[in-house]
Amino acid sequence: MNGTNLFKIALKAIANNKMRSFLTMLGIIIGVASVITMLALGQGSKESIKQNIAEMGSNMIMINPGTDRGPGRARLSADEMQTLTLSDYESIVNQSKYLAAVSPNVSSGGQLIFGNNNYQSSVTGVSEGYLTIRQLKVESGEMFGENDIKAAAKVCVIGKTIVDNLFPKGSDPIGQVIRFNKMPVRVVGVLKSKGYNSMGMDQDDIVLMPYTTVMKRVLAQNYLQGIYASAITEEITQLAIKDVTAILRANHKLRNTEDDNFSIRSQEEISSMMTSTMGMLTLLLACVAGISLVVGGIGIMNIMYVSVTERTREIGLRMSVGARGIDILSQFLIEAILISVTGGIIGVLLGVFASWTMKTLLQWPVSVQAWTVLLAFVVCTITGVFFGWYPAKKAANLDPIEAIRYE
Amino acid sequence: MKPIIELENIRRDFIVGDETVRALRGVSFSICEGEFVTIMGTSGSGKSTLLNILGCLDTPTSGEYRLDGTPVRSMSKSQRAILRNRKIGFVFQNYNLLAKTTAVENVELPLMYNSAVSAAERHRRAVTALQRVGLGDRLNHKSNQMSGGQMQRVAIARALVNDPAVILADEATGNLDTRTSFEILVLFQELHKEGRTIIFVTHNPEIAQYSSRNIMLRDGKVRDDTVNAHILNATEKLAQLPVNDD
Repeated sequence: MNGTNLFKIALKAIANNKMRSFLTMLGIIIGVASVITMLALGQGSKESIKQNIAEMGSNMIMINPGTDRGPGRARLSADEMQTLTLSDYESIVNQSKYLAAVSPNVSSGGQLIFGNNNYQSSVTGVSEGYLTIRQLKVESGEMFGENDIKAAAKVCVIGKTIVDNLFPKGSDPIGQVIRFNKMPVRVVGVLKSKGYNSMGMDQDDIVLMPYTTVMKRVLAQNYLQGIYASAITEEITQLAIKDVTAILRANHKLRNTEDDNFSIRSQEEISSMMTSTMGMLTLLLACVAGISLVVGGIGIMNIMYVSVTERTREIGLRMSVGARGIDILSQFLIEAILISVTGGIIGVLLGVFASWTMKTLLQWPVSVQAWTVLLAFVVCTITGVFFGWYPAKKAANLDPIEAIRYE
Repeated sequence: MKPIIELENIRRDFIVGDETVRALRGVSFSICEGEFVTIMGTSGSGKSTLLNILGCLDTPTSGEYRLDGTPVRSMSKSQRAILRNRKIGFVFQNYNLLAKTTAVENVELPLMYNSAVSAAERHRRAVTALQRVGLGDRLNHKSNQMSGGQMQRVAIARALVNDPAVILADEATGNLDTRTSFEILVLFQELHKEGRTIIFVTHNPEIAQYSSRNIMLRDGKVRDDTVNAHILNATEKLAQLPVNDD
């Protein structure tokens, strides 16, 4: 008995029971399609997060006050919040070799008012370098300059959401004086819109002021809430972090035995953290989909089992004309594999189609990976063998004498 | 004449619960090439057990069975399957054709399990066998589109296609009306004349008159083994039968 003949026999058996074979396949089809779609959805989300983070500036380095104790540890004490000062900022600007831009970061919440429109938001005190770090662009007007920073000038650059809320009639905000809480501020520039980021935050809900203005006139404090910097290239981010750490430790006069009283994070770390979270979620979704694949496999086993009983006479006949146990086993196994693999192929097509539909109609980030398709095939074949084995074995072990006279 | 089947003191015991049922209690005979033997017996005489052993579907508890010179008793299941495939052609009472399958495909079946035969050769031999049984014009009829007599002819063609050493027929006319039975019997007599070795198991004494030898079984033993000196001609008998034209 050669493989081609067995293949023909199995194909014929499937063709003789088209409806039943299709219904059996359905379980596999749904299982594979959902696995592919879920993995595509997960992969798409991952990619979109990565892209968003890259847009935010993948070489970004964030320096925050207080020792990094890792997640779930004791909160910062009040004096630890104040470890970063303007002199740290100046030292970094003057001494670091790997940074393209540095900006202090101080922010305060409050109400923005123009005429009879008001909007609850917050202002961020930064230097000019902030635009480079966050990859922001001024669309109209201009960014405030060094002189404004020196003078702690009451000027601001605002994002599109602020413009929409304070100037709903579409008048030009440049040169207008708005109020932040009670302080009048002149709008000198409007930022180009960036839309929402992957975490659902409105990146256009932003008011930038010189950090000196926010520190002196709004918060009246002499420490920084953080320092943002940008490494010259993404590759040297780690080097830049080491460099900045050394500068800050020297500045803070920390002994070798003491921990850093500041923490430095790169965008890269945040990005990898988020993608790993997303990866977990994807895996979870795929597992749920995988269960449906197993259920589909049990469907195959059930049908093959019934089929063996139903075709007992046929098996008896085949044995009496010279089929060996191995021939019968192979026949039923090939049949099970054919069903599961055909179901797998249809499932892959359906999954790819569903992913494509989601991408084009719902604008969801979806990306089908070649390896998921390959995985689906392998899993289908294994499912076929695994769930087809028991019924096939049962068929092969039938006694031809009893089988041929089975009623 | 070359002996095709040699049985030496064949015994076959079945254990049913605590009891041992002795289905065959020492059966010995030989069948030579070209014989048309009917094996007769009432139910419980052991003829089904004997048929299973002759067909290599079962092995004797003791004694030796040689099919075309090959000792069968010590063979494994797979070896017996191959032996069946090359040396035996089965014809069953209820035809046992594959459903929804054409005549040619049904006849090709035994050759499907013989990898030495190519697809083209298989088809050619199946067509030849079908022409031999008079179904050359119904090659692609499916089994459910045929009458009982036609189905049994397909089954006979299937038994012929591997050019077996012996054809084993188990009540091959049992499901057919008298006229169709004789048509099948005519076919068997023709095959006999061509030199085929045929063993026909039946409980119908009439059929024994058309064979060359008759073996009677009773209680697991050969009670009678007679050569038929006056073989009746099935063709003549068929001509005498009224044509069912109603």
